Amino acid sequence: MAYETVLGLEVHIQLATRSKLFCACPNEFAGEPNTRVCPVCLALPGALPTLNAAAPAMVARLGLALGATVHERSIFSRKNYFYPDMPKDYQISQYDRPIVTGGFLDIGTAQAPHRVPITRVHLEEDTGKSSHPEKPGDREETRLDFNRCGVPLAEMVSEPAMRSAEEAFAYLVALRRLVRWLGISDGDMEKGSLRCDANVSIRPVGAKEFGTRSEIKNLNSIMGVKNAILAEVARQTGVLDAGGTITQATLLWDQDKERLQVMRSKEEAHDYRYFPEPDLPPLDFPAAALEAERAALPELPLDRARRFEAALGLPAYDADLLTDAKDLADYFEETVVAGAPAKAAANWIGNDVLRTLKETGRSLPEFAATLPPARFAALLNLAAGGTLSSKLARDLFAVLLREEGEPAELAKRHGLVQESDAGALLAVAEAVLDANPSVTADFLGGKDKALTFLVGQLMKETKGRANPALAQQVLREALSRRGTPN
Amino acid sequence: MTDRPYWQWSAGEIAGAVAAGKASGDEVVRAHEAQADLWEPHVHAFLTRVPGGIPSSDAPALAPGQRPLLSGVPVAIKDNLVTRGVRTTCGSKILEHYVPPYDATVVARLKAHGARIVGKSNLDEFAMGSSTENSGYGPSRNPYDVSRVPGGSSGGSAVAVATGQAAVGLGSETGGSVRQPAAFTNLLGLKPTYGRLSRYGLVAFASSMDQVGVFSRSAADGARVLAALSGHDPLDATSLPGPALDFEALDLGPETANGLVVGVPRALLGDGLDDDVAEGQRIVEAALQAAGATVREVHLLPPSSWVATYYLLATAEASSNLARFDGIRYGLRKSASNVLDLYRETREAGFGAEVKRRILLGTYALSAGYYDAYYGKAQKARRRIQQDLAAALEGCDALLFPTTPTPAFKLGEKADDPLAMYLSDIFTIGANLAGLPALSVPAGFTGGGLPVGVQFTARASREDVLYRLAAALEHQLTDPKERRWPTKPS
Repeated sequence: MAYETVLGLEVHIQLATRSKLFCACPNEFAGEPNTRVCPVCLALPGALPTLNAAAPAMVARLGLALGATVHERSIFSRKNYFYPDMPKDYQISQYDRPIVTGGFLDIGTAQAPHRVPITRVHLEEDTGKSSHPEKPGDREETRLDFNRCGVPLAEMVSEPAMRSAEEAFAYLVALRRLVRWLGISDGDMEKGSLRCDANVSIRPVGAKEFGTRSEIKNLNSIMGVKNAILAEVARQTGVLDAGGTITQATLLWDQDKERLQVMRSKEEAHDYRYFPEPDLPPLDFPAAALEAERAALPELPLDRARRFEAALGLPAYDADLLTDAKDLADYFEETVVAGAPAKAAANWIGNDVLRTLKETGRSLPEFAATLPPARFAALLNLAAGGTLSSKLARDLFAVLLREEGEPAELAKRHGLVQESDAGALLAVAEAVLDANPSVTADFLGGKDKALTFLVGQLMKETKGRANPALAQQVLREALSRRGTPN
Repeated sequence: MTDRPYWQWSAGEIAGAVAAGKASGDEVVRAHEAQADLWEPHVHAFLTRVPGGIPSSDAPALAPGQRPLLSGVPVAIKDNLVTRGVRTTCGSKILEHYVPPYDATVVARLKAHGARIVGKSNLDEFAMGSSTENSGYGPSRNPYDVSRVPGGSSGGSAVAVATGQAAVGLGSETGGSVRQPAAFTNLLGLKPTYGRLSRYGLVAFASSMDQVGVFSRSAADGARVLAALSGHDPLDATSLPGPALDFEALDLGPETANGLVVGVPRALLGDGLDDDVAEGQRIVEAALQAAGATVREVHLLPPSSWVATYYLLATAEASSNLARFDGIRYGLRKSASNVLDLYRETREAGFGAEVKRRILLGTYALSAGYYDAYYGKAQKARRRIQQDLAAALEGCDALLFPTTPTPAFKLGEKADDPLAMYLSDIFTIGANLAGLPALSVPAGFTGGGLPVGVQFTARASREDVLYRLAAALEHQLTDPKERRWPTKPS
């Protein structure tokens, strides 16, 4: 039978605040175990949470970017269950009144828009980490590290609106771009900054009812999400085709073995006994604060791509590429504002700049500190004005990354200036002909292609500085003096 | 200054003399320690005594312009307030050897004001109880009759202040735990407005009602402690802004109650009220009128719903608040072969019967399928009680009714009957549910020599009204200097 896949994703987004959600401990990745802890995040007797206001502001920003409702009042609730790496043995989360409800995540391109409806986004605290014995011979003990305890998480829940593992993949890519774009998370799935649970079910094509779903946890790479979903869809299809029924279960994805394991069945489901957190007053987001957040919201990726197409005449491919990250789009736009031709800037960024970043491992801000948009624009204008061939421009680009100074001046100093003096080039052309009598003879004998070789020789003699059009022109002139081309 | 022994001095007298160099803080502390040596074998006020007082070298500086209000004043604090470097048990075996690495905000402020914390006082385990019989370390006893309870859960601090082992004391209230023992031991016991004193470092029982409270032998001393400890605490999200009152400007003179209106909900004073308690209420009403206050009847719904509402909400919050005592990070840990058994064995061995009972009740009240019928309904009832008390306070400055239906009961009398024990709090928990400030004040003695107390309840943040009424009674009835001290049993 043919089935349709139904997917909903729950993504935990680690927020890039400076300190933790309910205490002043630094919110930083890694560090020696249990060095970023205090009475509050260790849940010592008597300690109380106080809210870091930067975190709800980030959730509100995400909500605005999703076109969602950001509620003026939301409520923290306690989710009660025992776990050794959760010191209070309850998690401060949000339950029936989250900060954000509704909205959409754009997962398409400006050319092919596609939106996934969002159920809610709420704020909660992260737990610590347990490490268990991994192999025989390891000491039989569990070690607890509470550094991550109390790190702010935004949990974003989608509607069950996706229909393929590819869509789930696109959803995560789009979400990663968005959280980075908004500056609310580094979005690094491998580091755990984005953690995904997938709700997977299948139903006969055309059916209206949803099938029984399973929840897959522990998905820590975008490719892992895709593979786990494909594996689970295959499993459910097998069960149904064999006449079986799906039972609701929570599954774990083993990244190394690329295999699903059953974590617990419905009978073992927790009763979390949610109730309003009495240690924290309701979280109020006054209209004025929300307006300020809205005013500070950057232009979103798809809007920017559409503007690059419409206002700057870029092809869709370039517009999508440049809006992959906000700093990239900013760099491009500032370069254009500094006077560079848009298409040339797009080409250069898409090729040379991205390649340089990849080769050097530098971030764009580091790169831009060396080659600010204005300096980059000056280079592009030298090339556009005919002063530099594309080869000379690339040489100058390399020089600009090594040395300080104005592009025009550095070009001069390094002799990266196009030779456009016909008289000077004519002398070189004569010398090239003298040095290559047989090729010269070939040309004069009617082999037009021989000119290409001679141009190359001339470029070599001038170390590439000759204006290519002028080079051909003076060669033809010199050749014409030695005979009549046929 | 006075020829009374130091242990009879008020906190104000001590602070004044020590600040002026006219008395030595060490000598003052020694006098109180001598009282402790005499009384402790009979009353067991303290779980941990600290000779010379807890060092305050780590005290934070006072804010500019603030002057120390408690120089050299010996203070007893309930053992559910955490103290850096000094064991804090909460009266529970699960924290028998627990030494906190930080000070509760009120402890830090006591130190900053020059107070000498002489010990950590006994309490019902995790403040759950009304007699201190639920302490994991044995009960405290009432110094006016050692066969009787001192009340609870803050019984230890009350006994320490009543016997001159400390000049003032801190307790905590979730449902009457300061006012009830104050009434049983001839003291003033303040439950401030919710949020008035920081809860940071007060080990939580029911967070939405927990509040640090003050024991004193006079209105002036209580107001002094409140002034020293109040003020916004950024570490407590429910902390109120600003100080509770301007201590220097507070009028505690004979005319201070002139013109105040006091409402009496007569419906509360019906059957079941002990005759001596009813007499105390009458005496206080007459004294207030003599002091120029108007006493009039107000309507209040019967408090029968208070106890049920309180026990649903308080146990629900407690079931969550006490989850952290799991044997993983601190306190008692029983070894077990897996983590679930570790939790079970640790909590089985570490918690007493009443704590387990309340955790079970609270867990049940929050369970799927029962939440709406219990916790949800109790929240609605709480709002109604808040509205009712607010309405009663609309036309008056304070309400007046007894703190407890009876004077101190015998040890063991209610220990096996939780419901009877819960009902001894029937008059106090309204203020806790509503978050209002309330003060129990002495109202004489029974024929058998047991103290009786009545309480005032004021509008939010009007602790000043409470202490003015209490001061007026002192002028009308008993000068605190002439207080009736308990007699040490031979």
